[in-house]
Amino acid sequence: MIKVFLPYRTRKLFDLPVEVNAEGNNLRNLIEFLDKKYPGLKQELVDEEKLKPTISAVIDGRTTRLGLIQKLENVSEIHFLPSIAGG
Amino acid sequence: MVSKEKKSNYKIIGTRPIRHDGYDKVTGRAQYGADIKLPGMIYGAVLRSPHAHAKIKSIDTTKAENTNGVFAVMTAKDLPRLTDKQRGNSEESGSEKHLSENVMALDKVFYKGHVVAAVSANDVNTAREAVKKIIVDYEVLKPVINVDQAMDKDAPILHEEFIGDHLGKKVKNTNIATYNRYKIGNAEDAFKNCDLVVEKEVELQTVHQGYIEPHSGTAIWDEDDRVKVWTSTQGSFSNRDSVSKVLSLDVSRVKVTPMEIGGGFGGKIPVYLEPIAAVLSKKSRRPVQLVMSRTDVFDASGPAPGGKVIVKIGVDKNGKMLAGYADIRLEAGGYPEAFIEAAAKCVFSCYDIPAMDIEAYDVLVNKPSSAPYRAPGSPQVAFATETVVDEICKKLKMDLIDFRLLNVAEKGTRTALGPKYRKIGLKEVLEAAKKSDHWNSKIDNKPSNGKLRGRGIASGYWFNIGEKSAVNLSLNMDGTVILTEGSTDIGGSRASIAMQAAEVLGIEAESVRPSVVDTDSIGHTDVTGGSRTTYATGYAAYKAAHIMIDEITGKAAKIWDIPENEIIYENGAISSKTDSELKMTLREFADQNPFGPVVSSASVDLEEAAGGFGTHIVDLEIDPETGKTDVIRYTVLQDVGKAIHPAYVEGQLQGGATQGIGWALNEEYFMSEQGTMLNSSYLDYRMPIALDLPMIETVLVEVPSEDHPFGVRGFGETPICPPVPAISNAVNDAIGTRILSTPIKASKILKTLKNI
Repeated sequence: MIKVFLPYRTRKLFDLPVEVNAEGNNLRNLIEFLDKKYPGLKQELVDEEKLKPTISAVIDGRTTRLGLIQKLENVSEIHFLPSIAGG
Repeated sequence: MVSKEKKSNYKIIGTRPIRHDGYDKVTGRAQYGADIKLPGMIYGAVLRSPHAHAKIKSIDTTKAENTNGVFAVMTAKDLPRLTDKQRGNSEESGSEKHLSENVMALDKVFYKGHVVAAVSANDVNTAREAVKKIIVDYEVLKPVINVDQAMDKDAPILHEEFIGDHLGKKVKNTNIATYNRYKIGNAEDAFKNCDLVVEKEVELQTVHQGYIEPHSGTAIWDEDDRVKVWTSTQGSFSNRDSVSKVLSLDVSRVKVTPMEIGGGFGGKIPVYLEPIAAVLSKKSRRPVQLVMSRTDVFDASGPAPGGKVIVKIGVDKNGKMLAGYADIRLEAGGYPEAFIEAAAKCVFSCYDIPAMDIEAYDVLVNKPSSAPYRAPGSPQVAFATETVVDEICKKLKMDLIDFRLLNVAEKGTRTALGPKYRKIGLKEVLEAAKKSDHWNSKIDNKPSNGKLRGRGIASGYWFNIGEKSAVNLSLNMDGTVILTEGSTDIGGSRASIAMQAAEVLGIEAESVRPSVVDTDSIGHTDVTGGSRTTYATGYAAYKAAHIMIDEITGKAAKIWDIPENEIIYENGAISSKTDSELKMTLREFADQNPFGPVVSSASVDLEEAAGGFGTHIVDLEIDPETGKTDVIRYTVLQDVGKAIHPAYVEGQLQGGATQGIGWALNEEYFMSEQGTMLNSSYLDYRMPIALDLPMIETVLVEVPSEDHPFGVRGFGETPICPPVPAISNAVNDAIGTRILSTPIKASKILKTLKNI
C-alpha cells in the first residue's frame, strides 16, 4: 500500500486523516482506488481525464511530469498538492 | 536517476569566459523590445483608467476614429470573450477570462492604469492625442488597497460575479480569491508542549521588480491569418500561449520572436501589449508597435504582492522547534494570484518542525495584478519567520547560527506541504556563515561618528522549478558549434548553457555560439524563471552534446572504416583505441566529414529541482539625527549546487541581495486613498544604486544537486529572500526596537527613536 497525502481542503471535504492508504500500478488506478473508497474524490484531482492543472502529484519527493500514466513501482508516499505558480 | 558526470576537474565549468552577447550589449548593438522596426509599421497608444475601481458605463470612440492619421481604435469588445477555464501551469495561472480582461478591461476597471481602449496611428503622438479623445463614462467605486480593507466584512467587492475558493467551498461576494490551509502534524497540541512561543506580525508594501526596459509589443496580423509578435519576454512560448488564448487562436498561428530583454525578474512573464498590438494590426492592416512609459510600468504591470504575515514558532527549553503556525495574507491585485502556495511552501522551509499549520489568503485589491518577482511569496514570509527566529535566539540567549543549525532542514526533512527534501545544502551554508570573515569580525557598536550600528542575519529559500527545455546543436565546418535555444537570456544564461555543451564536447566555451530563437525554430521551452534555465536548458544542452558526440563517432568510424566502438572522443578530438595513427581534431573531422551535417537535438521535461538556500549577514549604520540607514557590510552565502559560470552566479546573488535591500529600506507603492500610486517614477520610487551600497561579498557553497549531471541547482531567486529580515534584525540590533513593516525608512526609524 502507498501512503497518500491529500490537500487539506480535500481532507476537510471528505473528512479524511492526514494520510490514507491506496494502491494502483499507476496514478490513474490509484486515484480510481481512492474514488471507490471515497466516492467523488476523483473529481477533486482529475478533470477531463487529466490531473487538474491546479494539482501536482509528488511521488517520493519528485513531482511527476507524466500525470495519470505515471507508473507506481516501489513507491512509498504520494502527495497531491495545489500547483504552485512561481517566477 | 540522473547519470552523473564522473569528472570533478572540469575544463570549462567553473571558468569565467566573456559572455557571448557581451559586446553587442555594451556597444548598444543588441536589439531590445522597442528596437524592432518593420516596414510600414505604425504606432499604438492605450487609454488607461484614471480610477482604481470603477464600472465602465460606456465608451465613445467616435472622435478618436475620426482623427487624421488614425488607423484603428479598439476596445475589449474587439477581443473574444473567454471563459473561467483555468490556465494553471507553474508560470502563469488564473482563468483565461481574467488573462484577457487584464489586457483590456471589459466592463470594470480594477486598478489605476487598467487599459480600456487603444488606438493605432501613423505616429505615436497622433495615437496619444487620439486616445485622449476617447470618452469613457465611469461609475467610480470605492477602492480597497490593502488586505485589511479587502477582507473587511463591509468591503466593496471587486468581482461581483467571481466565486472564491475557500478550502473547496464556493464563496460569492468575497475579495478572498482563495483560502488554503496546509497542516503537518498537530500544531495546536504541539504548541502546548513548548517552553517558549514567539509570535510576530509583519507588513510589507507592494514593490516593483524595477527592470530597466519597459514592456513593449510589436505585432503583425498577416494575410495568412498568422500573428507574428516581437517582444521583451521571459518566455516566448509562454507569451505565445497567452497571446493565442487572448486572441482565441491555435498556438500554431502565433509566432513570438523574443528580443533581448532589459531585465524581468518575473515581471516579463505576463502579456500586456502584445494582444493589443495584434488586434490593432488586424484592423489597421499594418504592423503595430506599443511601448509602455515608466509610469505605465509602475501603474499597470504586475508588482510583487504586499500584505501581512503572522508567524508563530514554539520551541522547547533547548531551542528545538516543536511547532509552527503561519497566517499569510497577500495582495493579488485586480485578479487572483498572490503566490500564496509558494509562500506557504517557503515559510518554514529552512527548519525541521514536526508540526506546522499554515493558513493562506489570496486577496483581491485595487492594484495592478501581481506578477512574479524573484521567489514570489518567499521574501514576504521570510521576513516574518526570520524575525521570530531572531527573537527566540535573543530570549533563549542562543547563538543565531547555532540555533539555526540545531533546527536546520536537511535531506529527509518533511516540508510544510508534505514531501520530504532531497539533497539540500542549508547546513553547509550555515557552517560557511559561521566560519566566514564577516561573522567572525566584530562590529563596533559605538563608532566615533555617533551613529548606531547593528548586525543582522537571516536565511531564505526558493524551490527552483524544472519543466521543459529544448536545445539544437549544429557542427560548423570549422569545428565550432551553433547552439539554438528558446530560453531568453536575462542573466547570462547563453553562457551557462553554452558552457555545459562545451564541457561535454571538450571545446572552448567561445567555440559554442548560442542563439535565442523564435517559437517556430526550437522545441517548446518554458520561461526563463523559477531559477530553471541553467538547470533545465543546460541539461538539454548536455544531452544534445552527448547525442552530437554519438553522431561524430559514428561518422568518424565510417571515415576510418573501423567499428564505432573503437572510436574515442575526448577533449574535442577523435582517435582510435587500436591505431595510434588514426586521430583528428574536431575541426579536422568537421572539415573532412563527407557523411552529411552533424546536428543533434535534445529536450527535457524536468521535475522541480532540489531547493536553494541562502544566509545573509548585514552590518548597517543608522544616523540618529536623520534616521538614514547605510549598509556598511553585506555578505551572501548560498548553496548554488555547481556554479557553471561563477561570475554570473555571484552577480545573481549580488543583484538579488540589492533588490532585497531596496525592498527592506526604500521601496513601496505609495498609494493615495483613491488607490493611485503617487510615486510612479524612478525619481520617487527609490531603488538602491551602486553608490548606496558596499561591494556585496559572496560565498558560493557548492552542494551538487542530485538531479543534474553537473550538480546544477537554481540560484537566481533565493538571494532576494533573506535581505528584508536580515536588515530588520540588524535595525533591531542597532536601535533595540523592531520595525516590522517595510520599507524600514528614515521617517519610521526617526519616529521609533523618538519614542524609545
